[in-house]
Amino acid sequence: MNSLIIAGMLLVLLGLAYQSGWSRSRGLATTTGVKVHSRPQYHGSYVAIWAMLPALAILALWGWFGDGITANYITGQIPADVLSGLDPVALNATIARIRSLASGYGVAGDVQPFEQAAADALRSFQFITFVVVTVLAAVAGIAALLYARSQITARLRARNAVERVVNVVLIACSAVAILTTVGIVASLLTEAIHFFSFVSPIDFFFGTVWNPSFSSTDTGAHGQYGLLPLLAGTLMITVIAMLVAVPVGLMAAIYLSQYAHPRLRAVAKPVIEVLAGIPTIVFGFFALVTVGPFLRDFGNLIGLDIKATSALTAGVVMGIMIIPFVSSLSDDILNQVPRSLRDGAYGLGATKSETIRNVLLPAALPGIVGAFLLAVSRAVGETMIVVLAAGNSPVLRGNPFEPVATITVSIVNQLTGDSDFAGPQSLVAFALGLTLFVITLCLNIFALYIVRRFREQYE
Amino acid sequence: MDMVAGKVKMTQQSVNSTMNPIDALERPIRLTARDVTVHYGAKQALHGISIDIPDRAVTSFIGPSGCGKSTFLRCINRMNDTIEGAKVGGTIKLDGEDIYDPQLDVVELRARIGMVFQKPNPFPKSIYENVAYGPKIHGLARSKADLDEIVVSSLRKAGLFEEVKDRLNEPGTGLSGGQQQRLCIARAIAVGPEVILMDEPCSALDPIATAIIEELIDELRENYTIVIVTHSMQQAARVSQRTAFFHLGNLIEEGVTEDIFTNPVNKQTQDYIMGRIG
Repeated sequence: MNSLIIAGMLLVLLGLAYQSGWSRSRGLATTTGVKVHSRPQYHGSYVAIWAMLPALAILALWGWFGDGITANYITGQIPADVLSGLDPVALNATIARIRSLASGYGVAGDVQPFEQAAADALRSFQFITFVVVTVLAAVAGIAALLYARSQITARLRARNAVERVVNVVLIACSAVAILTTVGIVASLLTEAIHFFSFVSPIDFFFGTVWNPSFSSTDTGAHGQYGLLPLLAGTLMITVIAMLVAVPVGLMAAIYLSQYAHPRLRAVAKPVIEVLAGIPTIVFGFFALVTVGPFLRDFGNLIGLDIKATSALTAGVVMGIMIIPFVSSLSDDILNQVPRSLRDGAYGLGATKSETIRNVLLPAALPGIVGAFLLAVSRAVGETMIVVLAAGNSPVLRGNPFEPVATITVSIVNQLTGDSDFAGPQSLVAFALGLTLFVITLCLNIFALYIVRRFREQYE
Repeated sequence: MDMVAGKVKMTQQSVNSTMNPIDALERPIRLTARDVTVHYGAKQALHGISIDIPDRAVTSFIGPSGCGKSTFLRCINRMNDTIEGAKVGGTIKLDGEDIYDPQLDVVELRARIGMVFQKPNPFPKSIYENVAYGPKIHGLARSKADLDEIVVSSLRKAGLFEEVKDRLNEPGTGLSGGQQQRLCIARAIAVGPEVILMDEPCSALDPIATAIIEELIDELRENYTIVIVTHSMQQAARVSQRTAFFHLGNLIEEGVTEDIFTNPVNKQTQDYIMGRIG
């Protein structure tokens, strides 16, 4: 409710500021007859930006420090004799109770009189601070509005100023994406380092047994955290997925880009891309319910022992899932090959398939390889299908017909259920996550490098 | 135009005196087009083109942009087949054989009628592989030595061999624009065509590279029937013995190059030559 009022106020301020800048600018043009540097929209935007900045700054400051100030105020309301009997944890709990009371959510247990009193005081305190902050923001905004409005002259370069603000906003937006990445990597790193204080990196990266034994009956031991069985499972499923996705996806792309009638293409391409929009969990139970039993029965028929949940099942379904990924990217890349190259081959009397095999594919190869690598990094990071269809058996073996476990599945296993983040059982998830991140990062960088090289060739 | 029993009279001498003067020759007709029309979807690009193209001479098509000269050129080796929605009507005969006969093998036709494109388009392969590609797919070489010989002689004929003989294994895309275009000519020659179609082969090249290609075209005339589409009237005057002027999808006038340029019959041709249209 409070935020709504503030948002409304800011909108009104914004509109007012824009309008006043705009009308002032119009007046300037009609009365003076001088050439005005910027058009009225820019003067309007200029005043609007000026009016927003101090208001937003005050609100941001309150958002930053308001919580601490409120907590201090609450602490001040707690009677001294009670306060002296509280350790920091209990104090926080009490503060939380008072806040809940004040907001009217109610609390568990009996409400102490001092809590009720503090809550009442807090409620009025919150109202007063809210009014003060809102009024302050509004006053600052209006002051800035008037100042900016007085700045408007024919020679004011509002257009350039707005341009600079746009620039800053764009930089801020890209900074959000970059900082998020940095933050995630940093938290992965610190937690992974924490994990390595329990288990040596050598045991982790080169261990062949994965047995994180949750039971605390083992004396001192934390279980074994060998990465290799998981890595092997991940690689096996990825390889199977690529064996399915690459030929099918590539040939679909060739058909769509070179052979299909435009009308068929206009229908078929979106339909294939819909496949990419199916949630992976749906693929997962498709694997569990349909593909797994089918593969098992098929294996019986030809005398192979294929488990219903196995690397093969998960790999095949994952391959189907990334077909549209491969075909769509390859299709785009094939279409990027200049028409003149195709014409050159046809002009020499090459047939269609000769042209595709000898000219088109070699020319598009780097780009297609890039597409494959991007698909691989998707397969490596895929979780849901593997959780349901791979059987979760973290044992190092080379048989694709047996159940396996992957890095992603193990992360899920280690983090689901009741986990505190003190022991290696949970912390290992960060080490696994970091490993996965490094693998996909390397693949992506390699893929982008190759795709870029391909682009340079034709542009 | 002087038609004498299926022979076309050639001009006495070329306009540009630096090229070999052409003796009075009479050449048999190689290509005959009658009432050729092309539709791109609902739009008609060519309105009944009829022309005879003589053997071992250069015929140039001139005209303003969008006049249909390139479209007609692409009909001659059926490159319009690769364009979605293009429909060709009328007849084009090569040595009396209808090239739009459904029984005819397009792949073989394109080996007989080579093409050089507006923008040099070497394949992203080595110089050697670029030239060897055509002979390979048509099975023209019985051995590696055979293939080497075809590649070298084609590069020689295209006037490129001396410049690239030490780097045959380097990518063709690394050559200069003019060299790339000569590589494309060598690639076309390697298949052993009878006719070579050139679609504004110099439009992407600088004047020096253009001069080299023009000289090359003049030499190639000895052995090949050449049809060239060009934007430049000077180029048509320099390299061709016969010229055809296209305008808005119609063939307005065609004849001996010198006559077209010095004494055009049609008013539109006159205007174009004088720079009043286009």
